[in-house]
Amino acid sequence: MSFASALIAPFTEFEFMRRALAAIIALSLGGAPIGVFLMLRRMSLVGDAMAHAILPGAAVGFLLSGLNLFAMLTGGLIAGFLVAILAGVVSRSTGLKEDASLATFYLASLALGVSIVSVKGTNIDLLHVLFGNILAMDDQTLLVVACNATITLVVLALIYRPLVIESVDPLFLRSVSRAGTPAHLVFLALVVINLVSGFQALGTLLAVGLMILPAGIARFWSHDITGMICVAVVSAMLSGYAGLVLSFQTRIPSGPAIILVAAVLYIASVLFGRVGGVVRQLFPGRHLEA
Amino acid sequence: MRRLSLILFAAAMAIHPLRAEDRLNVVASFSILGDLVKNVGGDKVDVATLVGPNGDVHVYAPAPSDAKKNADARLLVVNGLGLEGWLPRLVQSAGSKATIVTASNGIAPLQLGSDADPHAWQSVPNVRIYVANIRDALIAADPADAAVFRTNADRYLRDLDALDAEVRAAIAKIPPERRKVITTHNAFGYFAAAYGVGFVAPVGVSTESEPSARDIATLIQQIKAAKIPAVFLENLSDDRLIRRIAAETGAKAGGILYSDSLTDEKGPAPTYIALVRHNIKALTSALGN
Repeated sequence: MSFASALIAPFTEFEFMRRALAAIIALSLGGAPIGVFLMLRRMSLVGDAMAHAILPGAAVGFLLSGLNLFAMLTGGLIAGFLVAILAGVVSRSTGLKEDASLATFYLASLALGVSIVSVKGTNIDLLHVLFGNILAMDDQTLLVVACNATITLVVLALIYRPLVIESVDPLFLRSVSRAGTPAHLVFLALVVINLVSGFQALGTLLAVGLMILPAGIARFWSHDITGMICVAVVSAMLSGYAGLVLSFQTRIPSGPAIILVAAVLYIASVLFGRVGGVVRQLFPGRHLEA
Repeated sequence: MRRLSLILFAAAMAIHPLRAEDRLNVVASFSILGDLVKNVGGDKVDVATLVGPNGDVHVYAPAPSDAKKNADARLLVVNGLGLEGWLPRLVQSAGSKATIVTASNGIAPLQLGSDADPHAWQSVPNVRIYVANIRDALIAADPADAAVFRTNADRYLRDLDALDAEVRAAIAKIPPERRKVITTHNAFGYFAAAYGVGFVAPVGVSTESEPSARDIATLIQQIKAAKIPAVFLENLSDDRLIRRIAAETGAKAGGILYSDSLTDEKGPAPTYIALVRHNIKALTSALGN
């Protein structure tokens, strides 16, 4: 098999690979811009917190209607919203930082979730059932991921200005406008939608990883937010594609393969990135001479 | 003197409470074993199960109430063959004095990778051995009711023989070249060996492992090449992957096979015999012409 056909053949031969690629592209379009803002707001770990925070919602969904993905997903969304919005409100109205209040709420939520699950006396790992796999894209899941990306991009466009200003200079925004807090809360809602539908479609690792790692990569290639978002989206798509091919050729599970490719891109960016990369910092003179 | 006798009386009550009948407390590790113990013990035993209906015995985490069940039990019936990895710690922490009965003692274990395959109950002849082991353990623990246990066990063994014949008759009706299916986890090795139906599983024995794109692609090619007619789902795992495979290969999605757990009373498999009947019906309707 030639090199070029090794890169293309998996997708022409197998429909599940094409569907996986489509899902990756949609996820990259929605998730990567969110990741850039999360990184700028020092909220990069919110994704993992959210993976636990949705448990009580999923558990209530399970209690009410059994092993029904839709009910569990809806419950998870509601729980995620509650945790994110409450944490946002607390950090806005008190001195507590966003990460600390989020940590408090997600831990409380997780404890509540475990208690609710134990009421039923079942020991099915609910989140294991709820969290999906990139190789198992059915029509419905693909549709959810695509809608999600569309909604995210449209809403981000609407709140872009206040969100950007809030991310870099919140005090200035507060002095000229009152759009800061609403923009922040809408943004939190977007984070939750992206994460929860991402969990359901692709599993935790991919949903969080394709949000945060590309943002980390983008930081080393661009000074301004728009540039960062573009780099993040492209590097997310690239990691997704290369990871799928890697998983197809080597038997590494797909989720980890995609994240490992992104991690390699990240390390390369840390070393050779145009903006603050290690090599640039060690040899700044050459750049100026050129 | 009178006070002393009262104390003695109370102490005697505590050690040996006066009840209409003394029932033997037995704990079974999961729902299928619980059903077998109930059938052999009848009304002479109280059976509690640790992993109840629709629970996954592979990923079970014991709760304090389970430790209490264990502490009260005279017998603890387990499957063995590495199924209950969590058991030694639970027994130790509960301070249980129960005798542990390994129901699978005496069966010939199949290999699954480098370990023994624990799902021995999927073959009815194996369950005959399970039942004999349970009967002997109950008799040893409660010799007074030995006759009852023997009668119950004989009756249940006859039911199992009938069930075994039923399965064989049903399989015989399926054309030999169509006797192969795909399921989500490798729980049917013993069924395959006993009755000659080929099972292929996309994921390894553990519910934990995640498939690679290569694994799925190989499986799809395999199904197409071997013209495998049906894929099956299980009651405990996400079915989207197996549905995707079915859609891509044109194989029929044959419904649910129950492997490691009974359902509750309302479900299609509340007892072991109902579980086997349900599975065989699902197999024949998907594989028959």
